Amino acid sequence: MNWVGRRLPRTEDPPLLRGEGRYVADIAIGAKVVRFLRSPVASGRIATLRPPALPPGTVFASGADLAGVKPIRPALRRFDYKAVEQPVLPLDRVHFVGQPIALVAAESAELAEDLVEQIELEIEAEDPAVGLEAALAPGAPQVHAVAPGNVILEGAIRPEGFAAAMGAAAHVVEFAFRSHRVNATPLEGRGGCAEYDRATGRVRLAASCQMPHMLRSGICDLLGLPEADLQVIAPDVGGGFGQKMALFPEYPALVWLARAYRGRFAWIEDRNENLTASAHSRDQKHVLRAGFDAEGRILALEADILADVGAFSCYPVTSGVEPLMALAEYPGPYRLPAYAVRARGVLTHTCPMAPYRGVSRPVITFGIERLMDRAAAATGLDPVEIRRRNLHAEFPAKSPTGFVLDAASYIEALDEAARHLDIPGFRTAQAAARREGRHLGLGIAVFNERTGYGTPAFAARSMEIVPGYEVVDIAMTPTGEVEARIGSSPHGQGLRTTLAQIIADRLGVEPAAIRIIHGDTDRTPYGWGTFASRSLVIGGGACQVAADKLAAKLKRAASRLLQCGEEQVTLRDGEAVSGTGASVALKEVARIAHQRSELVSDSVGFNLAESGSYDPPGTFSNACHACIVEVEAATGAVRILRYLVVEDAGRIINPMIADGQVRGGIAQGIANALLEEIVYAPDGNCLSGTLADYIPPTCAEIPAIEIHHLETISPATLTGAKGLGEGGTIGAPAAVCNAISDALSSFGVDVTEFPATPPRVRALIRGAMIRGKA
Amino acid sequence: MTKREVRFTVNGEARAVLVEPRRTLGDTLREDCGLTGTHLGCEHGVCGACTVMVDGQPVRSCLMFGVQAEGAEIRTVEGLAAADGTLNPLQRAFWENHGLQCGYCTPGFLMLATWLLERGEPFGEEEMRHVLSSNLCRCTGYQGILDSVRQAARELGQWTESAPG
Ligand code: FES
Ligand code: FES
Repeated sequence: MNWVGRRLPRTEDPPLLRGEGRYVADIAIGAKVVRFLRSPVASGRIATLRPPALPPGTVFASGADLAGVKPIRPALRRFDYKAVEQPVLPLDRVHFVGQPIALVAAESAELAEDLVEQIELEIEAEDPAVGLEAALAPGAPQVHAVAPGNVILEGAIRPEGFAAAMGAAAHVVEFAFRSHRVNATPLEGRGGCAEYDRATGRVRLAASCQMPHMLRSGICDLLGLPEADLQVIAPDVGGGFGQKMALFPEYPALVWLARAYRGRFAWIEDRNENLTASAHSRDQKHVLRAGFDAEGRILALEADILADVGAFSCYPVTSGVEPLMALAEYPGPYRLPAYAVRARGVLTHTCPMAPYRGVSRPVITFGIERLMDRAAAATGLDPVEIRRRNLHAEFPAKSPTGFVLDAASYIEALDEAARHLDIPGFRTAQAAARREGRHLGLGIAVFNERTGYGTPAFAARSMEIVPGYEVVDIAMTPTGEVEARIGSSPHGQGLRTTLAQIIADRLGVEPAAIRIIHGDTDRTPYGWGTFASRSLVIGGGACQVAADKLAAKLKRAASRLLQCGEEQVTLRDGEAVSGTGASVALKEVARIAHQRSELVSDSVGFNLAESGSYDPPGTFSNACHACIVEVEAATGAVRILRYLVVEDAGRIINPMIADGQVRGGIAQGIANALLEEIVYAPDGNCLSGTLADYIPPTCAEIPAIEIHHLETISPATLTGAKGLGEGGTIGAPAAVCNAISDALSSFGVDVTEFPATPPRVRALIRGAMIRGKA
Repeated sequence: MTKREVRFTVNGEARAVLVEPRRTLGDTLREDCGLTGTHLGCEHGVCGACTVMVDGQPVRSCLMFGVQAEGAEIRTVEGLAAADGTLNPLQRAFWENHGLQCGYCTPGFLMLATWLLERGEPFGEEEMRHVLSSNLCRCTGYQGILDSVRQAARELGQWTESAPG
């Protein structure tokens, strides 16, 4: 039976559908409720901080109480990175609106909030640096003294001969664009519940997180705790999208409380805290300059990248993650002979940046795909043709920054999308609509997505903490079920189902006989959690290695019982079968291996446990997104009429789950293109503190999405699968905004700022009309 | 603050709880009734994760106080499946159509769709989208949710290809 490739319904679902999931807020019931006092000003010195009158059984703590706790200090081993420190609770200064200053714990949330309001706080406010321009202006307020000029990181590449390559261009295309700040907005916010176990002296922290082992390491490092004395659990997690990777100060504060007061303390953030004080992303400005030859082939690209990283760096990836990813991955799927780049991370007095699904790739894909459309216009080519001329067609290929691009289907995906779109038919309809005063547009985005990369890739980023590998411990119980303990930590991706599909095929058992154990540092091997489209590729590869070792052991044991050579044994349908057709149930082999070990122990030892690990170099999945929109010129409103994806993620383990990842990612990408924006006032107040101000899309804004699959089986991964968790978010902003630009082409303007909200689109049209009259 | 006693039924079972008047119905169900299937995603009436049925109407339990539920008949996600855990047709449709990923929004969508399915007026695509656009999901991109509710409506004879009227 082949389980890989089937649309198997998820084993995760039934309890969640019955309301029987256990999220951290469910675990937290009955614990002392922790609420934080957060800074109301962006920058300043704490002049007064006095606790309220505390009723019995309540706790107040501030930076003075946590004096022995080290600050969070993420680091890169790069001379051009400035390691800034974030105190868990500050002693003297605040750096952004929303930064936790002190905490109160009480019997109920109501009481804790009352007490937080009674804390006496005076801050001597100072001028903040808010926004890229303000932070880089001469004489700007300095966010941290260690980072003069507010530049926390600067990276640059400028190969010899670059100027000559650019100089040979027949056409030079140059523009600046702006990606505004967003929040990943998992529907469940952050939260943790820390409980001191008086019997053992250990603390158990349940947290809504993506990397439980990393969280344990981070907290233990700050508190000076042995890792063995902290258990971190990621229970059911209500979405993360990167935001829940980071070590936030609230978690060490909870563990500190649990230890200091030998009790159980929980903090469940509210939506306002999540929107204003968790982590933000994608606040970037790029300037691009590219040279093309007369036939539309790109000769040289120069990029200047600025990323607003907020007030602190995020642990463990650091605030280098956005600027450095943009620097390294700009060329994407295109052949680029000469590439020069400068990327800077800029500190501001705002909420810190953390990874959000896609990280910088939605931004660079917007940049390079706008560039292709502009170059198409400059060279008189159509948008499909100019891309076809520039995409890599031979593999393995090498990028200007040294990546090896494994086999992919860049041109095939583009052509397939063009075929489904019927572009000539669309152009006729577009012209007819224009005669009626309606503005239709078609946008394309081609990209690759680096996925499933292991230790070497992270080591190359000079991270002080280098993630990458995965280890899977697998065992068969005496009653014949398979337990696989993984270091990945799914939060909606359905890994319990897909990993079971992979293991089932290797062992010849049904997925129902497999338990995937995750999200608990006491029960799983050290691993890196779930992020960067890695878990199915790396965790899946490690599952395959571990399952193959277990299969060998089972065959060895069975060959004794069947009295044949072990190479004659095959595993299928829950049995071990010999060459002659004699068989023994795997359940029986399992029982004997544990309970009648004298029969097989000289061959397999005393258990059926194995361990597998996997640490691949990485692969690139790819896709072409295409979108048709209608822009209402009078209002600037954009309606998506059609959205189509041709996706190549190699071997698909479960097509239903793969499509779900693509659709969910695209919905977030469309939101990024049209709706969502975190806005700051010049004084550093965040104006996007509710879901009425920050507007994720509903089903009224997200169209049906057509998905077509190509399957370039990756030679670079064990299972042939490539990751696809982030692709949807990567392609959508470019495809949607390019479609809007196409719709506005008759006005002679295009979109260089997103989200392309109605006021922004309307301003473009109005500007064009005023210029037209002048 | 002084607490007050409120009485109501949840999923057919009589309950009497002592709550502060300022405690929301959502918190009352979760903290005082132990029914944690109802989730809170925003606590300001936008996301719909907290949707329950009160006297036959879908209600955002974060926008209503527990004490306002005096005498009400409340239904929550915990009441949908059979006692042995067997999923009802709507829940099964969500399972078959990948109507959930992280599952956090799911109870709210299930209760909203339950109202739509039990209302007794068949509905079509447009009305389904209109009603379900009351709630937010951050994971699925909605298609799985719409497919699920459509399938359940067909199975329960509540679907019309074009909305009536
Ligand atoms: S929690 Fe009630 S609407 Fe969001
Ligand atoms: S399934 Fe995660 S929010 Fe809907």
